[in-house]
Amino acid sequence: MSASSSNNGYLSGSNLERVLRAGHFAVTGELGPPQSADGEVIRKKAALLRGCVDAVNITDNQTAIVRMSSIGAGTILVQEGLEPVIQMTCRDRNRLAIQSDLLGAYALGMRNLLCLTGDHQTFGNHPTSKNVFDMDSIQMVRMVTAMRDERIFQCGDPFKGPEPRFFVGAAESPFAAPVEFRPYRLAKKVKAGANFIQTQLVYDVPAFATFMEKVRELGLHREVFILAGVGPLKGPGMARYMQESVPGILVPNELIERLEAAAAPWAGKSKDELTKEDKKARAAAWQAEGIQICIELIQQLRQIEGVAGVHLMAIEWEEAVRPIVEGAGLYPRPVVEVQSTQAAGAEVAHG
Amino acid sequence: MIVAEQKSLDELKTLIGSAEKVLVVGCGTCVTVCFAGGSREAAITSSSLRMATKLDGSPKQVTDVTVQRQCEWEYLDTIAEQVKDADVVLSLGCGIGVQAIAEHFPECWVVPGLNTSFLGLPVEQGVWAERCAACGDCILGLTGGICPIARCSKSLLNGPCGGSEGGHCEVSPDIPCAWQLIYDRLSSQGKLHVLLDLQPPKNWRTSRDGGPRKIVREDLRLASQEG
Repeated sequence: MSASSSNNGYLSGSNLERVLRAGHFAVTGELGPPQSADGEVIRKKAALLRGCVDAVNITDNQTAIVRMSSIGAGTILVQEGLEPVIQMTCRDRNRLAIQSDLLGAYALGMRNLLCLTGDHQTFGNHPTSKNVFDMDSIQMVRMVTAMRDERIFQCGDPFKGPEPRFFVGAAESPFAAPVEFRPYRLAKKVKAGANFIQTQLVYDVPAFATFMEKVRELGLHREVFILAGVGPLKGPGMARYMQESVPGILVPNELIERLEAAAAPWAGKSKDELTKEDKKARAAAWQAEGIQICIELIQQLRQIEGVAGVHLMAIEWEEAVRPIVEGAGLYPRPVVEVQSTQAAGAEVAHG
Repeated sequence: MIVAEQKSLDELKTLIGSAEKVLVVGCGTCVTVCFAGGSREAAITSSSLRMATKLDGSPKQVTDVTVQRQCEWEYLDTIAEQVKDADVVLSLGCGIGVQAIAEHFPECWVVPGLNTSFLGLPVEQGVWAERCAACGDCILGLTGGICPIARCSKSLLNGPCGGSEGGHCEVSPDIPCAWQLIYDRLSSQGKLHVLLDLQPPKNWRTSRDGGPRKIVREDLRLASQEG
């Protein structure tokens, strides 16, 4: 018997799915596992995110650097009472490994999955390794939704036991080249079965609004929950690096100028002229402005039709999550109980 | 064609080891065209090794010969005597040539003088670029004649990843993004709709993943070899 019949009509019944389907503006966070076997790191970061987000992405060897596995770290997160979004790339696993890892992840309590192509291994700390890329992210979305909805493995063999039922996400980079193709690539992910989309970091709201206009024209916002990627800038240095060096990220000069202005009292002084305290105060001023900018970005993105939530990436700066979520008026996070079929029906009738 | 490049003289010396009589064998086909292992390169390699081993104080007898194609038995037959006479054969053929010599001359110690790089073409004088991954199931009809298996760093089938920027691949500014090339080409031909179809996971069995490959053409086999 399929698990769906006991799932009250939810695909996975994950908290993220319930929040989105109840019509709330969702907030997902992100947690980068350590380059070690230290589970305590996960618990500490989890404590900073608890109650601030609806689910937490766990990266999968991000930037091709070996880290604790997303499923391993996700298991700790489940133990801590938070809900993970397991990130899975096509770089390190073939279709056998992806499927078997997902069976394990589901059995360990994970309910959300983000399917990614993955950064090329030449970026990371094992550039001489062989990559896999047996399939691409769109094919992975199709594979895992077929595992859930058709109860088949990629080869077509049917499940004989319970199937893994994930709320399936994919990423989109609205400003990566060729820009004109990006809404159509999103359409392909929707066609493959994606339930939610998390975008690359957005700093240029008008450019994102243009992308969303095309997305709405294609009707995609009605078929998939789109979470706009946001992240606090730590200072003008980080902003400039992103502007110049990260593909698919547009950082308007105006934001860099705002960060510079926030550190005006220390402007024009060389490294040697600044005391330790000065540097600390300057970093705090930058961070406060970075958090403020992030809050404003969320508020602006929320006004765009078809944006169902934000994906807040404050990697290695998890302390910033709570002030941002609070500042954006998104705290506390909604609690959407798993309703019985009857009660759920009643709610629809009332609402 | 098969594109290759020469190994360093130091590596060649190591490969030759203590052998006294060295036969450098060039190949008149692909590696001649890419200036890696033709008769000219065979002669230069041969004289370089003579000089180098002389300077090292242990001069070796190094001679060279070039065959039309190292990958066909009948051409290898023409050098059977020279091969027999050598302590080591340094093949300047591609990996196929080296193995053809090994297979054809069971007693011969053969070492490679080249690194076989890829299947490609000269895009300008002195510059070669990869074009084909020999995956055994050609999809160029879906991509406007530009191969994403060989030319996309991730061999993606459903469009560009998020690392495409300014026409180049995230791996290096020197690598054109194959999907940008495909997009531009199909766009200019009014055929972008081709890219909207979902391409299913590729059957890699026809590629190396199915194990070493072989083609048997019954219509071409000689009666005595059948069955």
